Amino acid sequence: MEERFVYADNAATTSTSPEVLEAMMPYFKDGYGNPSSLHKKGREAKAAITEAREKIASLLGAAKPNEIYFTASGSEADNWAIKGAAHANQNRGKHIISTKIEHHAVLHSLEALEKEGFEVTYLDVDSDGLVTPEAVVNAMRDDTTLVEVMFANNEVGTIEPIKEIAAAVKAKNPKTLVFTDAVQAVGNVPINVAELGVDMLSLSGHKIHTPKGIGALYIKTGVRILNLVDGGGQERGKRGGTENVAYIVGLAKALEVAVNGMDENKRVEKMRDRLIDGILTSIPHSRLNGSRTTRLVGNVNISFEFIEGESLLLLLDMAGICASTGSACSSTSLEPSHVLISIGVPVELAHGSLRLSISRQNTDEDVDYILEKLPGIVQRLREMSPLYEEYLKNNVK
Amino acid sequence: MYSEKVMDHFANPRNVGEIENADAVGEVGNAVCGDIMKMYLKINDDNVIEDVKFKTFGCGAAIATSSMATELIKGKTVDEALKLTNKAVIEALDGLPPQKIHCSVLAEEAVKAAIANYYDKKGIKHDIMENCDGHCATCQKKH
Repeated sequence: MEERFVYADNAATTSTSPEVLEAMMPYFKDGYGNPSSLHKKGREAKAAITEAREKIASLLGAAKPNEIYFTASGSEADNWAIKGAAHANQNRGKHIISTKIEHHAVLHSLEALEKEGFEVTYLDVDSDGLVTPEAVVNAMRDDTTLVEVMFANNEVGTIEPIKEIAAAVKAKNPKTLVFTDAVQAVGNVPINVAELGVDMLSLSGHKIHTPKGIGALYIKTGVRILNLVDGGGQERGKRGGTENVAYIVGLAKALEVAVNGMDENKRVEKMRDRLIDGILTSIPHSRLNGSRTTRLVGNVNISFEFIEGESLLLLLDMAGICASTGSACSSTSLEPSHVLISIGVPVELAHGSLRLSISRQNTDEDVDYILEKLPGIVQRLREMSPLYEEYLKNNVK
Repeated sequence: MYSEKVMDHFANPRNVGEIENADAVGEVGNAVCGDIMKMYLKINDDNVIEDVKFKTFGCGAAIATSSMATELIKGKTVDEALKLTNKAVIEALDGLPPQKIHCSVLAEEAVKAAIANYYDKKGIKHDIMENCDGHCATCQKKH
């Protein structure tokens, strides 16, 4: 097969789609007005963000457009939801429930609160990465003000039962707020905030084909949350700062394309399954991390024995394939992925993990190419590995 | 992130493999830390390292530093090889990112572990591995 370039790291970020860029372009040019200005340019810009907000609210099933607040990133939305709600409701209690497999934007926000005296219960997950509504409810106390569980995991793709969790939490205490970090789920899983019963939901544009620099937080009417930025009254006074008009328009377009094209996800899911089956059959001593079924349509996470993930990524990169790993060696922390460790993957297998995350922009030819290149690359590293040498000596005779 | 030299030694590692009936074998690191280096030496009667091979489980820097270390000690005497420092390996590779410095330490220690093994076989007393317990986590704290 001819050399090609395959981008299979869509859980990290996605390419900006042509239709999103096209929707944004007018606001880099003539549509430069400040939405707060009364004149024509201002009114045009205001109309653009109003329309975008209405569109996003409708696509997410929010009751009102004013429940959508724009932020600069998913991380900002996560920080705001957690710290803002914890602080605004601390007269009722200082206990928060979350899980061990959250994104660092959530985990580090929670750690910051712990330093202030909040208490956080981090729930365990099973080997598929799932948390149960029962476990959440059992951890609830009289002073629990906030429950946060991610909608879908960024590393192993596990989709959590958010609707059931929200229902169980509300049944026990209607005042306890439920927030879900849906950065990885939006566009991949049908989402209706009203049906889900959550109070807050965060999302990020660059995971669904906008440029980096735009996110949003859904905040249900009536939820008490502190202002994030005090300023000129933008975002109903909650997040000051002149609105990022072009990116807000881009986010609405991206969400529209993602939600309206949900049927396309079946094709992505087929490609995912072909990747998983193809890799597990052609490469011995490999195992799938996470759930086989309750999984994001584009997520593949597989560990290979005897090799380390960063060197695997570098060789894949040389073959034109962009992927990711949970190995410590690819991070500056020298700690392997907390998600893989939490679902019970042994440390040495976490070092040997590979995440391929595909999107609608990938093709069957991309899958063929990965399946053609990967076995040889894994074998090449194994032949260099003293662990493989030891395995062969102990097992071949 | 990596220099061209590191990428070259990673993509085309020198001296990969095993030596049958090697005169010395040294292994450092462990799988939990994410890197293991194993070094094989063939040493002649004049104490010259005639041949050296390595096998490494680890990141790009681990493979590149192993490869460079073998290049730096091949043809040298055992005494000369003992003087190999991780700094020399880093310099020869045109630098390493800060979080990868421990890989060069591991490469230095793999060479030392092999030579310690050689001395042990010969019944020569030494204190080569005095500062290394073979566990990379200990070193990561130190370096």
